[in-house]
Amino acid sequence: MHEVRTVTYRAAVLEALSAEMRRDPNVVLLGEDIGAAGGVLKQTDGLFAEFGAARVIDTPISESGAFGMAVGAAMTGLRPVFEVMFGDFITLVMDQLVNQAAKVHYMSAGQFRVPLVLRTAGGIGANLGAQHSQSLHAWVAHIPGLKVVMPSTPADAKGLMITAIRDDNPVIYFEDRMLYTQRGAVQGDDQSIPFGLADIKRVGEDVTLVATSRMVGVALEAAARLVEEGISAEIVDPRSLVPLDLDTIVASVRKTSRAIVIDGGYLQYGVTGEIAAAIAEHAFDWLDCPVLRLGAENLPVPFSKTLEPLFLPDSARIAAAAKALVRGDAIPGGNYG
Amino acid sequence: MASGATLDWRAQLAVFERMLLMRHFEEAVMRLFKEGHLPSHYHVYIGQEATGAAALEAIDKEDLICTTHRGHGHVVGRGADPGRGLAEILGRSTGFNGGRGGTLHLCDRSHNFLSTSGLVGSCAGLAAGAAYGVKTLGQSKVVAAFFGDGSLEEGLVLEVFNIAGLWKLPLIMVCENNSGGAIGIQGGGYPTSVTSAQHLSRIPECYGITTAVVDGTDVVEVYEALIAAVERARSGGGTTFIEAMTERWPGNQGLWPELATATDLRDAWDPSRSAGPHAKWLQQYDPVLRLARELVAGTMASQEDLLALDKKVRDRIDAAAEFAIASPPPTADTAADGVFAS
Repeated sequence: MHEVRTVTYRAAVLEALSAEMRRDPNVVLLGEDIGAAGGVLKQTDGLFAEFGAARVIDTPISESGAFGMAVGAAMTGLRPVFEVMFGDFITLVMDQLVNQAAKVHYMSAGQFRVPLVLRTAGGIGANLGAQHSQSLHAWVAHIPGLKVVMPSTPADAKGLMITAIRDDNPVIYFEDRMLYTQRGAVQGDDQSIPFGLADIKRVGEDVTLVATSRMVGVALEAAARLVEEGISAEIVDPRSLVPLDLDTIVASVRKTSRAIVIDGGYLQYGVTGEIAAAIAEHAFDWLDCPVLRLGAENLPVPFSKTLEPLFLPDSARIAAAAKALVRGDAIPGGNYG
Repeated sequence: MASGATLDWRAQLAVFERMLLMRHFEEAVMRLFKEGHLPSHYHVYIGQEATGAAALEAIDKEDLICTTHRGHGHVVGRGADPGRGLAEILGRSTGFNGGRGGTLHLCDRSHNFLSTSGLVGSCAGLAAGAAYGVKTLGQSKVVAAFFGDGSLEEGLVLEVFNIAGLWKLPLIMVCENNSGGAIGIQGGGYPTSVTSAQHLSRIPECYGITTAVVDGTDVVEVYEALIAAVERARSGGGTTFIEAMTERWPGNQGLWPELATATDLRDAWDPSRSAGPHAKWLQQYDPVLRLARELVAGTMASQEDLLALDKKVRDRIDAAAEFAIASPPPTADTAADGVFAS
């Protein structure tokens, strides 16, 4: 039996990192301010003290060069976990990620593997403005050769990080910084969670809410509201976008006949559109109504406290949309009117 | 090898053979293109052979190498099978990358090459990362990166200079400057190196990296610089940047390579043979002819010896081309293999 403890999301990721670093001396961390400083959100706190400067490495503010180096290091047998301080900054590593990391194994006909994790935290909620609040996971989910995971709970955060580090492919691990203080149960250090295995966070009958990362918690709140309306929502958390567990999503929609896909990324050309299209392809005959998408508004994240909270759907809006689907009413409009 | 080591006559002959392999390989690529076998654009290494061949002589077999889109020469010069190289350039299943890479990405790991990037400057990041990797893993290997002068226009390369300087990486950055004599935009040609820096080596120098500028057609000069750099890297002295100056081959002035000159070793000792618009390049800048001339003048080899060696290499390349042409392309059912490592 494994000891079950309640820890924060941030601590759960830290547990996975330290356990894997103890288990495998080839696991190294690279990033900005992650060493003695312990990370700008204390997300690497204590690792420098335990593993030292040779394995917890502060890089200059040179995301492109340093990440390119992580790809080269992975080719020699290290297993780097590279931190990009803000999710918005993955734009700075994009060439090395898309044109190197994603393609080395395929292009070399398997001569090289690139076992590395790119870890980054995104999401709105800290009034950081348009360049420090985005959720750009759809950018990388578009690229064959990259795996993409989005843990929503401490247990998933720990289990998916263990799997990410042990995977022989580049894995992009998206955290939401507003989840860092959320608490939840975790188990021992070998409790890995396989990629491509969705988790049903709530069982229900009337409507399927496919939700990612922070939106899982918002969807759970919406489900509680819907109970008062006599509506039972099922919540499916894909956990990994690539690979995607379409079977679990489709089975749920075939059961409920209704689906809303909810994600913190932009709606235009985004994750919600991809999953909604897959549902339409594989569960069309079971659907009672169109598949709905809820996500970030298609605009730069506004700074003002009056505007930022409206940027993502809240539980009231998700509940209203679900109720409209179940009752056959008109679908309510967006947050900004 | 000890510091100050130089190339003895045997080693010079070995370097010369590497250069002939590089040269005739590229001439075969151009011939195969003319015959309609190549599906794509390509870049040739002609004119820079002395740099690559002398560098490869100084770098141990176990050391890692990263090259670029102009990397055919490094790959075959290091001993990788030219047949598999040509097969890859033709997109055949027998190629180094099984037809997945092509001319821009030739990579033979069994000869200790890293994955080859076709993006200008990226090689610097991958090689520096490998240098960090071997250092962290406690291996005695060093890493050599070959790239062109245009790479110094990329921000990533400047970032890597900074990190390599800070971390004292066991890295040798060989900048093959082939912009000498290039027409460039001003002359109505395609862009070549565009930089406000007067001396490229001063850029890495700012970051505390040891630098050297050598004549890239002089095998002895290149070799000695590389030997010093390898020794520095292996002994913990950090990164060296070597700028090897070459005069652009006339066939590389345009967007597509043209066989402006065809190699004939007899031009080396009979300058009257190399008439025509490119006579100056042949007589002054062709590194193959230069070394042939020096080997004969220094009585390290006779004309007949060199012509016999040339014939041997040509025959080997001809056989490699036949192998490539006869090789089957990959089948459609394998296209999706290896997107992910399993």
